[in-house]
Amino acid sequence: MRKYTPKDNVQKKSYYTDRFWVAPRVPQMSIEEGSHFADVINALGDRVLDASVQIGQLVVSINHQDNYSVLETLKDVCGYKICTELSAVDYLAQEGKFEIFYQMLNLDEALRVRVVCMIEDGLAIESTVPLFKSANFAEREMYDMFGIYVNNHPFLKRILMPDDWEGHPLLKTYPLEGDEFASWYEVDKIFGKENRDIIGPENRDPSRVDRYDTKRFSRVGHEVDFGADISQGEPETEIEYSKTLLVDYTTGSEKLDQRR
Amino acid sequence: MAQHKVDYASNAGLPIALTTADKLINWGRSNSLWPLTYGLACCAIEMMASGASRYDFDRMGTIFRASPRQADVMILAGTLSKKHAEFARRLYDQMTEPKWVISMGSCANTGGMFNTYATVQGVDRIVPVDIYLPGCAPRPETLQYAMMMLQKKIRKESANMKKNTKQRLV
Ligand code: SF4
Repeated sequence: MRKYTPKDNVQKKSYYTDRFWVAPRVPQMSIEEGSHFADVINALGDRVLDASVQIGQLVVSINHQDNYSVLETLKDVCGYKICTELSAVDYLAQEGKFEIFYQMLNLDEALRVRVVCMIEDGLAIESTVPLFKSANFAEREMYDMFGIYVNNHPFLKRILMPDDWEGHPLLKTYPLEGDEFASWYEVDKIFGKENRDIIGPENRDPSRVDRYDTKRFSRVGHEVDFGADISQGEPETEIEYSKTLLVDYTTGSEKLDQRR
Repeated sequence: MAQHKVDYASNAGLPIALTTADKLINWGRSNSLWPLTYGLACCAIEMMASGASRYDFDRMGTIFRASPRQADVMILAGTLSKKHAEFARRLYDQMTEPKWVISMGSCANTGGMFNTYATVQGVDRIVPVDIYLPGCAPRPETLQYAMMMLQKKIRKESANMKKNTKQRLV
């Protein structure tokens, strides 16, 4: 029998999920003998845990302790002189770990290598700034967005969020609309916490219409004075349409002809 | 020496215009609204276009100033991030009275499409706004119209700004 799922809050949660759905994956090819990638794997030696070619890119999986030495070999021996991107992926829910990846580019061969390593939450990774200057800001961003500390980084400080921010926004557990701290951040900072009541909470619903707010919402058919208090019910007013603009097409169609 | 033979008391009357101090001061204020050069995101491009030769803000006496000390109007043009809110408020505080604020574009009005943790959901949370400009981005004509509406508003106000400003936070 099909599993029963409550149908009373269907807008919030989809009530149908395909049981046979498999997320599409990029095909993983083996490394051809004698190719440039085979040389790279040879140069890296036993530091390679797993390697495959995905869409023309070599993906090398390593231990997170080896990240500096692997990148050094890639740079000095294999010619991957540019680290174009470096960041992390949050797999805390599935595996309790972050995946840190380094995207390397070799301009002579026009090839790329991605070095990935898994790291437990709370462990720090070694900085690669001595090898690549571009890693400086990228590692700061990784720290800012995921809270992963980087050992021996010259200036490990938040880069995108303000210095006094709490939380790391790219974690999967961080709500998109921000937590309590985020939603009051500017108010706390400028006016102080004691003025939260005066400013009021954020309006996160762009289509919100407040029935009793007579200052910002007009009430067709129930017009009242600007700012009037109608929480106790409002007076009935007749709807007035402009007689010249609105033509009743069903009954008064001859008027249209006159106008022409 | 030639004598003036004009009889000021007859014909078109005296070469004197009677007005109130309020009207005179507001005439001066409304016709030399100097906005602060302050762009936050894509809306700022439209704001720059309004100031440039095609739309020509200068003909309305609106000349962009690069210092809050010399500016009367703050045009908040674009997405205000939470990190920047503090500085926007500081610039507003540095402007001398009388001062007005135009919130330009959906982002400044309500946060717009950026319903995220990092965007201030409406600049009226940090500064008092006089005119809200809808649009994403509003065209330069819209900004000029807003400027004209602001001029109208100023002309209606009392020249004594203390009467206009309610004692409130934002
Ligand atoms: S309202 Fe539109 S054009 Fe203006 S800053 Fe926001 S996204 Fe950009």
